[in-house]
Amino acid sequence: MSAGQRKTRWRDTEAANGLLMVSPTAIYALLMLAAPLGTILLYSFLTDGYLEIIRDFTFANYVEAWTNELYRSVMIRSLGVSMTVTLVTVLLAFPIAYFVSFHVEPSKKSLWLFLITIPFWTSYLIRVFLWKVILGYNGVVNSGLIGIGVIDQPLDFILYNVNSVVITLAHAYAPFAILPIFVALEKIDRSLLEAGQDLGESKFVTFLRVTLPLAMPGVVASVLIVFIPTIGDYVTPQLVGGPEGRMVANLIQLQYLKLDNYPLGSAIAVSAMAIVTLCSVIFVGLNRRYLKGPK
Amino acid sequence: MMKGGWFKVYAIGYLLFLYAPIIILPMFAFNDATVIAFPLTGFSTRWFSAMLEQPTLSIAVKNSLFIAVTSSILATTLGIFAARASTRYRFPVKAGIMGLIMLPLVLPEIIVAVSLLVVLLGLGVSLSLWTVILGHVLICTPFCIAILSSAFQSLDQSLEEAAYDLGESAASTFRLIILPLVMPGIISSLLISFTISLDEFIIAFFLAGTEPTLPVFIFSQFRFPQAVPVIMALGTVLVVLSILLLTIAEYFRRRGIAKAGGKDTGGFL
Repeated sequence: MSAGQRKTRWRDTEAANGLLMVSPTAIYALLMLAAPLGTILLYSFLTDGYLEIIRDFTFANYVEAWTNELYRSVMIRSLGVSMTVTLVTVLLAFPIAYFVSFHVEPSKKSLWLFLITIPFWTSYLIRVFLWKVILGYNGVVNSGLIGIGVIDQPLDFILYNVNSVVITLAHAYAPFAILPIFVALEKIDRSLLEAGQDLGESKFVTFLRVTLPLAMPGVVASVLIVFIPTIGDYVTPQLVGGPEGRMVANLIQLQYLKLDNYPLGSAIAVSAMAIVTLCSVIFVGLNRRYLKGPK
Repeated sequence: MMKGGWFKVYAIGYLLFLYAPIIILPMFAFNDATVIAFPLTGFSTRWFSAMLEQPTLSIAVKNSLFIAVTSSILATTLGIFAARASTRYRFPVKAGIMGLIMLPLVLPEIIVAVSLLVVLLGLGVSLSLWTVILGHVLICTPFCIAILSSAFQSLDQSLEEAAYDLGESAASTFRLIILPLVMPGIISSLLISFTISLDEFIIAFFLAGTEPTLPVFIFSQFRFPQAVPVIMALGTVLVVLSILLLTIAEYFRRRGIAKAGGKDTGGFL
């Protein structure tokens, strides 16, 4: 009995120590993240007056955000761009993660990961701007294709529209997609693959039935880590999107900094986050059978 | 083997895609033309000398350095607390607390920016470099925790227990045993958060008020085509510097893991 008592007391002190230790960071996150997020949620239900916010509870901002043709089309486009970027990024990333995990010597894996992450850490603004140079009218792609005689007029559908936004974002988020898949692949017990082949499965079937399901937690993580932030990207649509490539972040910036309509800006931001969260929850739900299992 | 060969071709093509902007950047920084387009016209270093004569640029650099140094120290400090707590202790609502702290990793930066803006203006706080720091600490902390957690995780707990058995207090154990072992992780976390803060645009754009930071300055210059070659020169300098910083960070991260006897799982994230 006393052993049991000591055990609960020990657990209490461990819990207390842990909470104490995490408290500076947790309090900072509560004050600087949770409280501000709560505030924009609150603002989204208030009324915008001239130069001040009127404390009248209303759903009008949400009605405006969801029914106004312009806002709705920007929201749908953002969602479409985000989903396309996620699909492209994750599909392109999987073979890289697979290559580094299965075909690179263990001593060289860190070097490969380092090479993959370096571009991610160099000035985001300048990288986005350079895609404008690559995809532009006199850009690298056009002068290259003209140079080798594939086309005689520069292509104009690759800049200042949704395509250029997708290409640029897929480039920016590539390392984010590769790393979670790589980590999941690294965890796979290699003897399972040998077992699969010993039992007469081909390499490809072993991949489909053993490797892929075991890699799914990583795939799900990379889908989320690409999908959620891309919908709120401001710089890429602003610089390479042109008028028809504007996304929800540009709309939020417009409401907050140009039109000074905080309640409507907040309602748009909250709606975008709600949609993203809903999509993520559905996606995780669909993949639930891959996510449980032994840790 | 053939299969691995095809993978390698794909991987090299992919790396080319990843590095395309960085390879093109110096071409225009050293190109003797005002228009950023091919074909290149000739070699010149005049954009680099023009860069040094920009008065706003030096203010922006100073502001950004101040923000980045302060944010990285604060974020790493907060990161140490959270990483230590999450790797060493079990406590109530741990997943919820850690989830909230790590949330900025996926939350779009514009949401962080507008929500902080609304609160700060509501409280009557005037925008300054410090308001940018508040936001940067928030977004850097999750990266610090990711790096520091792997440093703390690879610690052998028996070292700590041995120190207690030999009569050291919790504080002196932390200072004498744990801190030296995770020091490489701390340095790596400082460098990474410094790099993130130096490069962050949206939060600075919303929260800096009238003070320019480096990315805000760069963004404003994109509107003037004649200013872009100077930005290409500046970008080249920044890329070289950040590759240097990252190489140092990676060196310390690996040394930290080796020192604590752990296995390298690779990568910063």
